[in-house]
Amino acid sequence: MARPGTLLVTRPEQRLRLLPTNWYKAFVILLAVVWLTVPINLSDAWLDVLARCGVAAIGAIGLNLLTGYTGQISLAHAFFIAIGAYTAAWLGVRSDLPFLLWLPATFVVGALVGALFGPFALRVRGDYLAILSIGLLYIGQHIFVNWTSFTGGRPGTSTGAPAAIGPLDFADLNLFDQAYSRRQGLFWLVWLVVAIVALLARNIVRTRPGRAMQAVRDRDVAAEVVGVSNARYTISAFALSSGLAAVAGGLYGVVALTVSPADFGGAPGLLLSVQYVAMIIIGGIGTIGGAVAGAVVVVAIPRVIEQISNSVAIPFVGPGEPISLFAFNNMIYGALVIVTLVFEPRGMVAGWERVKAYWRTWPLAD
Amino acid sequence: MTDFLNLLVSGVALGAQYSLVALGFVVIYRATGVINFAQGGFCVLGAYLAYNFHNTWGVPFYLALVLTALAGAGVGALVDVTVLRRFVGQPPFVVIMLTIGLLILIEQIVPSVWGADPLPLGDPWGLRTVSPGGVDIKVSDLWTVGIVAVVLAGFFAFFRFSRMGVAMRATAVDLEAAMAQGIPAHRVYRVSWSIAGLVAALAGLTLAAGGGGVRLDIELVALTAFPVIILGGLDSPGGAVAGGLLIGVAQVMSGKYQPEHATWLGQGFPIVMPYVVMIIVLLVRPYGLFGQRKVRRI
Repeated sequence: MARPGTLLVTRPEQRLRLLPTNWYKAFVILLAVVWLTVPINLSDAWLDVLARCGVAAIGAIGLNLLTGYTGQISLAHAFFIAIGAYTAAWLGVRSDLPFLLWLPATFVVGALVGALFGPFALRVRGDYLAILSIGLLYIGQHIFVNWTSFTGGRPGTSTGAPAAIGPLDFADLNLFDQAYSRRQGLFWLVWLVVAIVALLARNIVRTRPGRAMQAVRDRDVAAEVVGVSNARYTISAFALSSGLAAVAGGLYGVVALTVSPADFGGAPGLLLSVQYVAMIIIGGIGTIGGAVAGAVVVVAIPRVIEQISNSVAIPFVGPGEPISLFAFNNMIYGALVIVTLVFEPRGMVAGWERVKAYWRTWPLAD
Repeated sequence: MTDFLNLLVSGVALGAQYSLVALGFVVIYRATGVINFAQGGFCVLGAYLAYNFHNTWGVPFYLALVLTALAGAGVGALVDVTVLRRFVGQPPFVVIMLTIGLLILIEQIVPSVWGADPLPLGDPWGLRTVSPGGVDIKVSDLWTVGIVAVVLAGFFAFFRFSRMGVAMRATAVDLEAAMAQGIPAHRVYRVSWSIAGLVAALAGLTLAAGGGGVRLDIELVALTAFPVIILGGLDSPGGAVAGGLLIGVAQVMSGKYQPEHATWLGQGFPIVMPYVVMIIVLLVRPYGLFGQRKVRRI
């Protein structure tokens, strides 16, 4: 007799497995192979883009835990990213702590600040919370500009914190008599952290805390009635999400080498936060894989368009034409958000699930 | 004392501009439960449309003012019919992101059409001032306050006496009950977006007038209007005006007195002051000063 297919779920544990089918295991192995080989085959410029994608993926996973799983709208993500970048500069550059110390410390600082903001979300909800978090961006901008001893003020600060794990210095990698460039090393490092963060997040959402978070999202009062503490899980979600944002900020500093308030504060900060929300919407709200996919799409698209416009002339776009390349990129990105929301509100992951379900039940499904 | 009065007057004028922007937010929020982040984009469009009417096509200024308002209403209605209508009843962040997507589109389309450099509006008010009793008042400020007063009176009359206004109030209270009474919800939404577009276009025009110039960063005023609507309560038109005046006056005053008396707050504090006020108010009253508390059901 044939084994029942994976379509048939008979026990709840089946849904909770980390890798439910052999296809998933094969996919993870494939990802690992891609991770190992990509830096050897791609140019440094593209590796830089991909490293930035990875940084964004970490932040997007954090935001998805907060918005996708716990249902709290926050546009203050850029503020926590900034905190991470400045903390990394403080601990990694000026205090010269090693990577394995400054990165966790950055997470802790981000989580503490996030936990301080969490209680606001218990008092203020929905739209009001979104606007409240915009306020945090502006106050953050003010602090970053004025607290010069910590942030370097308007000109910013250098953030090339050490990136060595034990004997492996990812910023200057030398393996088996083969020297690798800084970009290659940082790609490996950043995506290694992405993998760890994704595993962590996946484990959180498939166990009790994750279910509690989703209960708070779906009906907070009902969750409270069945014994899920709103306060505890909302504040934890804020702490976790801000901590991950701070990690993303710290790694962003390592990739970008300098940061300034113009990257994170006020209106640019709002744009950055919006980009993170766009990532989880385009990728798929409430999924870990969706956050990563959305981050790659949102960060990489401007560069891909830039490359295309170098070889193919897009009508009306380019230097001397009415639409600048920058404007065109932003139009594409704004349109992408709108099109996703109109046609596939649950993002790329939902689209993929649909394709998968179609083929799995083929030819029975229409 | 004259100093203080001068500050008060310019604070009131700034507040009047905030109020106009905030009123647009409130109208849409009351009718559809959506915070329209593209409101700043509507303001910019309004300013540039006014420039086109007055400078490019040579329409007399006051007629251009009326045409701008009507064109703004058209833009609002267009946005509702083409995009927003599909999203009635979606979770808030979906609609928030949608309007942010719109904002991003508008803020790229505008420089593509009109260029990125500031343009002179060529309004008859310019930098002229009048000085009753030694207090200098910019003519454009007087007009701004006047426009706000007219719009407010119009609001009151519309919501109190017109059939559509009453229908909009009913829809705001309970959509299903209103529809059961035969109120066309779609038309209510379209009218709300038109009104929001109209006040936004007027706000954009007043911001560009008085020597400000038609420029892209007019849309930033919408960001400062957020604390205003939160302060007043998202669903209260009166609150929008009260909040606008309060924030406007407080911002101008703190711009003058904070550098002298409270330097420890750092440079540029007046810019963040509205947000600080907003956070404090929200902690004490989570639905703003005049906002309606939502009943939450299990």
